[in-house]
Amino acid sequence: MAHAQGEYYVPHGTRWPFIGSVGLFFLLGGFAMFLIGSGIGSTSMAIGAAILIYMLFGWFGTVIKESQAGTYNDQVDRSFRWGMSWFIFSEVMFFAAFFGALFYVRQLSMPWLSGEGTGMVTNATLYPGYEGNWPTQANGPADMGGTYGLIPAWGIPALNTLILLSSGVTVTWAHWGLKEGNRKKLILGLFATVALGITFLSFQATEYIHAYHELNLTLASGVYGSTFFMLTGFHGLHVTLGTIMLIVILIRSIMGHFSAEHHFAFEAVAWYWHFVDVVWLGLFIFVYWV
Amino acid sequence: MSAVTTHDDAHHEEHPSGIMRWITTTNHKDIGTLYLWFSFAMFFVGGTMALIIRTELFMPGLQVVDPQFFNSMTTLHGLIMVFGAVMPAAVGLANWMIPIMIGAPDMALPRMNNWSFWILPFAGFMLVVTLFLPGGAPAGGWTMYPPLTLQTGDAFPFLIFSVHLLGMSSIMGSINIIATILNLRAPGMTLMKMPLFVWTWLITAFLLVAVMPVLAGAVTMMLTDKYFGTAFFTAAGGGDPVMFQHIFWFFGHPEVYIIVLPAFGVLSQIVPVFARKPLFGYSSMVYATASIAFLSFIVWAHHMYTVGMPLAGQLYFMYATVLISVPTGVKVFNWTATMWRGSMTFETPMLFAIGSIVLFTLGGFTGLMLGVAPADFQYHDSYFVVAHFHYTLVTGAVIGIMGGVYLWLPKWTGRMYDEKLGKIHFWLTMIGFNLTFFPQHFLGLAGMPRRIPDYALQFTDWNMMSSVGSYIFGFAQLILVYVVIKCVRGEGEKATNEVWEGAEGLEWTLPSPPPYHSFTTPPEVK
Amino acid sequence: MALTGRQSLFAALTGSLVAGPALAIQPYNMPVGVTETSRTIYDLHMLVFWVCVVIGIGVFAVMFYSIWKHRKSRGHEAAKFHESTLVEFVWTVIPFAILIAIAVPATKAMIDIEDTADSDMTVKITAYQWKWHYDYLDDGVSFYSSLATPRDEIYNEAPKGEHYLLQVDNEVVLPVNKKVRFLLTANDVIHAWWIPDLAVKRDAIPGFVNEMWTRIEKPGVYRGQCAELCGRDHGFMPIVVRAVEQDEYDKWVAEKKGSVAGGASTTGNPEVTTTSGAVDDSGDTDDLAAEQDRNHDA
Ligand code: HEA
Ligand code: HEA
Ligand code: CUA
Ligand SMILES: [Cu+2]
Repeated sequence: MAHAQGEYYVPHGTRWPFIGSVGLFFLLGGFAMFLIGSGIGSTSMAIGAAILIYMLFGWFGTVIKESQAGTYNDQVDRSFRWGMSWFIFSEVMFFAAFFGALFYVRQLSMPWLSGEGTGMVTNATLYPGYEGNWPTQANGPADMGGTYGLIPAWGIPALNTLILLSSGVTVTWAHWGLKEGNRKKLILGLFATVALGITFLSFQATEYIHAYHELNLTLASGVYGSTFFMLTGFHGLHVTLGTIMLIVILIRSIMGHFSAEHHFAFEAVAWYWHFVDVVWLGLFIFVYWV
Repeated sequence: MSAVTTHDDAHHEEHPSGIMRWITTTNHKDIGTLYLWFSFAMFFVGGTMALIIRTELFMPGLQVVDPQFFNSMTTLHGLIMVFGAVMPAAVGLANWMIPIMIGAPDMALPRMNNWSFWILPFAGFMLVVTLFLPGGAPAGGWTMYPPLTLQTGDAFPFLIFSVHLLGMSSIMGSINIIATILNLRAPGMTLMKMPLFVWTWLITAFLLVAVMPVLAGAVTMMLTDKYFGTAFFTAAGGGDPVMFQHIFWFFGHPEVYIIVLPAFGVLSQIVPVFARKPLFGYSSMVYATASIAFLSFIVWAHHMYTVGMPLAGQLYFMYATVLISVPTGVKVFNWTATMWRGSMTFETPMLFAIGSIVLFTLGGFTGLMLGVAPADFQYHDSYFVVAHFHYTLVTGAVIGIMGGVYLWLPKWTGRMYDEKLGKIHFWLTMIGFNLTFFPQHFLGLAGMPRRIPDYALQFTDWNMMSSVGSYIFGFAQLILVYVVIKCVRGEGEKATNEVWEGAEGLEWTLPSPPPYHSFTTPPEVK
Repeated sequence: MALTGRQSLFAALTGSLVAGPALAIQPYNMPVGVTETSRTIYDLHMLVFWVCVVIGIGVFAVMFYSIWKHRKSRGHEAAKFHESTLVEFVWTVIPFAILIAIAVPATKAMIDIEDTADSDMTVKITAYQWKWHYDYLDDGVSFYSSLATPRDEIYNEAPKGEHYLLQVDNEVVLPVNKKVRFLLTANDVIHAWWIPDLAVKRDAIPGFVNEMWTRIEKPGVYRGQCAELCGRDHGFMPIVVRAVEQDEYDKWVAEKKGSVAGGASTTGNPEVTTTSGAVDDSGDTDDLAAEQDRNHDA
C-alpha cells in the first residue's frame, strides 16, 4: 500500500529482502556444508536457490507493478540510475581483483620464481634451472596439472569478441527502437542480443570442454589455469546473468511495459550488458592475446 | 509534545507491530535503530572475546584457554569488531542522520536498505557458529593470510561466505547512501553546504563500493585454492602467498579509513555544537577527507614491509604512507581551531569528542612511526602495532561514534540521557582504555609479538596492567547500555527540538524524536 | 630470577603504581641492540618519536589552553571566524616539510638494510610449524631448533625459568663482526624470524626465499620469537642466537660436524604435532610436492 512521500515514493514494509537473506543463508550455508562433505549441503543449496528465485519474482514483480502504476517519478528513476551505476562499479572492482591477480602472477610471481629480479635466490635455492614461461609453462615449478595446451586468441575467442561486440550494437539498436516507439525494432534488437549472448555462451562451453578434454588445461593447471578459468568463468557467469536479464526485458517488451520515456529497467540491463562487453575486451586482450 | 503523538500515530496507522515491524521495515530510522542495536550486541560479543584474550594474557603460562582457541578468539575478535561492531554502527548513524540532515524523505532505496541490514545477522551467525564446528573457528588472524588460513577446518567455507555476505551488505548499504546523498538533498542543500558527517559518509561509501568487492575476490581465490585446485597463493603452481596480502591490504588499508572517516564526521558535528562556533575550515575538511581517501588506495603495502618487497617498493610505500599524516593533520588542526576562542561547554558528547581527537592523534603518531619502513622492521607484528590500531580503532572510531550516540540520543528518543552517568562512563572509559592499551606500546617495543597466548617473563607487568585496564574498560560499557535503555524507555527529561544550545542544522529543527517520516515536503535550505 | 605468578603480580602492582626506585621497571623501549642496523633503527625510532612528541605538545597545548580559557563557564564569548586559507596553507606545508626531513634518514637506512652483498657467510633458515631449521651453507652444519621450555612450566606446574619461552634446544651460533647473510624460507605456512637486538625481521614464505643480513658486534646471547601468526604454537617457536668470537665459532662448527646434526628435541610445546615429520635436512626442493599437497587438502 503505497502512499507518496511528497513526490518521492517510499514503499512501506516489504518482506522480500528478509526472504532474500534467508535464501542466501541456505544457499551459501548449503554450499559450505557441501564443501565440507556434509550430505545435507546440496539439499540446503536447492532450498536456498528456490527461495532466492521466489524472492526475485516477488520483489521484481512488486517493483514492476509499481512502475507500471506510475508510482515512480523522475527522482526515483534517478535513484535507480545511481544505484545501478554504483553496482556496476562494484562489479568492475570485483573483476579488478582477478585482473590484479593476473598481472601479479605474470609480472611478479612467475618471473620471481624463474629467477628474475629479487627472485634470483629463490630460483637458485629452491628451483634451480626452472624457467616458467608465460603462457606455455605457467603452472609453476611443480608443473601443476601437467603440460597443457593453449586456446589461441584468434579462434573462438576472437569470434566471441565479435559476437559480444555486435550484441552491444544490437542492444543499442533496440534502444533506438524503443525511443522511437518502434516496437518491432525493439523486440527484434533484443531478440538478436539474447541470441548472440546464448551463442557466446555455447561457444565458451565448447571451449571449456575442449580445454578440459583435449588440452589438459584445467582450473588446476597452476596459475595459468587458475587465472584463465576464474576470469573467463566469472565473466561467463555474468554473461549468463545478463542474458537472463535480457530475456526478462524481452518478455517485458513484448508485454509492452516500456514507453519511449520510461524504461529504466531496459537501460539498466543494457548498461550491464555493455559492462560485460568491456570486461570481455579486457579478457580477450590480457588473457588470450598478449 | 505533539511530535511524540505524530510519531505514535504513524505507527498505529500503517505499520505492522512487533517483530514484523522490524523485519519488514523500510523506514530509515527503524533500520538505523536495527543497525545500532546489532552493532552494540556485536560489540559485546567481540568485547567478551577480547576479555578472554586479556584474561589469558594476564600472567605468563597457559591458564584458561588452549592456544588454538586463543588464536580463534583473536581472529573472531578482530573480524567481529571490524565488520560486526564498528561498520554497522557507522551505517546505523548514517541511516538515522543522513536523510534528516539533508532534508530527504527517507533513504533513496528503502527496500534495499532493509536487505543490507537483514543480511548482517545471518552473516554474523555464520561467522560465530564456526566456534562449534569440527576443527574449531578460524584461527588465522582477521587478515586471513594463506597458507595458514587454508589449514582451517570445517569452518573455512563458512568464514569465506560470511565475508561474502558482509561484503554484500556493505556494498548495498553504501550504494544506498551514495544515491541518497547525490539524489535526495533538499532544494538549496548544495554539496558544499552538507554537514560534514554527510560528506565523510559519501566518501566512505565510495571507498566501500570500491574495496569490498576486492576483498570478495581475494577470499574467493582462497576458496578455490582450497577446494578447486587453483594455485593463486601457492608458489609450487606459480602463485604467491604474498599476493593474497597485496589484494587483502588493497582492501584492508582503505578499510581502516572506512572505519574512521564516519567517526571523523561525527567529531566534526560535535565540536562546533559545543564550541558554539562554526566548524573551522569546512572546505579544507572536505578536501582533506577526499585526499585521505585517495591516498588510502596507494599505501597498502605498509602492512607488508617485512615480506621482502623490492627496495623501490618499500621506499614508495613508505613515502606514500607518511604522506597521509598531512591531510589527517589538517583535520586535527581544524578541530582545534574550531575550539579556539569558542564558548565551550563539556557535556558528554563533547568529552567523548575531545577524548577521541586527542587519543586518535596519539594513534596517528604511532601510525606515522610504523610507516617509517626501516623502523617497522622492529615494530611489525609486535604489540606496538596492536597499541597503534586500538588507539585509532577504539578511540578514533568507537569513542567517536559513542560521542555521536550521546549527541543524537536525545534526538532519537526524545529524552535527555543521564548526564552524570554519561560523564562517569566517559572517565571510566578513558582510564580503562589507556590502562589497557598504553602499556601495549611498551610491550611491543620491548619485543612482544602479537597473536601469542603466552609470553616471556619480562612482559609480565605491562600485560597485567593491560588486562586490568581491559576489565575496567569493558565493564564501563555496561553504563552506556543502561543510559541508552533509560532513554529508550522514556525516562529522563524531555528533549527540545534543538537539544543543544549551539546546535545548527536541519536535524535540530525537527521534533525530538522526529516524526516517522521526517520531511514529508522537502525543506528549503537558505 | 624465577618469578611465580604471584610474585610478578606483586611486582606489577607495586612496580607500576608506586614505581619505587628499588623495583626494576620492565623493558619499555626498543633495544638499542648490538648491530649497526639496530642502532640506526633505534635512532630513527627515537627521532620520529621526538618529532611526534613535539608536534603533540604543540597541538595539545593549544587545545588544552583553549579548553581551559575559552569555556562558557568562564564567560567566554564565541568568536565568529571559521576560515583562513593562510593558516590552512601553513599547517599543510609544515608537516610536509617535517615528513621530508624524516624520509631522508629513513631512506638511507632502508637502502642499507636491503644491501646483502659482500657477506662473509650464509645461513639458510627454514621455518616449520613449529620449529626452525638452520643450514650453514658454508660450513656444512645443519640442525633443527625448537622450544626447550618444559611443558610443566607452561602449564604452571613448575616455577618458570629465567628464559621462559625464550630458550631452545639448539642455539644458532654466529661469529661476531662478520656479515652474515640469511636465506629465509618456510615449509608450511608463513613465519617470521625476528631478533630485536639484531633488528632483523623478515617473513619466511613457503616457496620463496627472502634475504637479510646482520653483523653482530658484541658476543652474547640474543633471543627472539617467530613474528608471524603460524598456527597453534606460534607463540612457542623462539629463536636464540649465540654470538661468539671467530675461534670459538670454528670450534663449535668442528664439534657440531662431529655430532649428529638433527632436531630430536625435548620440546615443551604443548602437544606439538609435527606436521612435517618426513622432512629431511638435505634441502627443500623435494618438499615442493608435499607443500603443494598441504596447501590443497589442508
Ligand atoms: C581506524 C583505523 C586506522 C587508522 C586511522 C590508521 C592510521 C594510520 N596507520 Fe594504521 N593500522 C590500523 C588501523 C588504522 N591505522 C590497523 C587495524 C592496523 C593493523 C592491521 C593488522 O595487521 O591487523 C594498522 C597497521 C598499520 C601499519 C602496519 C604496521 C605493521 O603491521 O607493521 C602501518 C604502517 O605504516 C600503519 C600506518 C598508519 C598511518 C601512517 C596512519 C595515518 O593515517 C595516521 C595519520 C595521523 C596522524 C599522523 C596524527 C595527526 C596528525 C597531525 C597532528 C599532523 C602533524 C603530524 C606529523 C607531520 C607527524 N598502520
Ligand atoms: C574496532 C575494532 C576493535 C575494538 C573495538 C577492539 C577492542 C578491544 N580489543 Fe582488539 N583487536 C581488533 C579490533 C578491535 N579491538 C583487531 C582488528 C585485532 C587484530 C586481530 C588479529 O590479530 O587478527 C585486535 C586484537 C586485539 C588484541 C591482540 C590479540 C593478539 O594479538 O593475540 C588484544 C589484546 O589485548 C585486543 C584487546 C582489545 C580490548 C581489551 C578491547 C576492548 O575495547 C573491548 C572492550 C570490552 C567490552 C566492550 C566487553 C564488554 C563485556 C562485558 C562487560 C561482559 C559482559 C558480557 C555480556 C553482557 C555478554 N584486541
Ligand atoms: Cu612460526 Cu609464528
Ligand atoms: Cu594501513
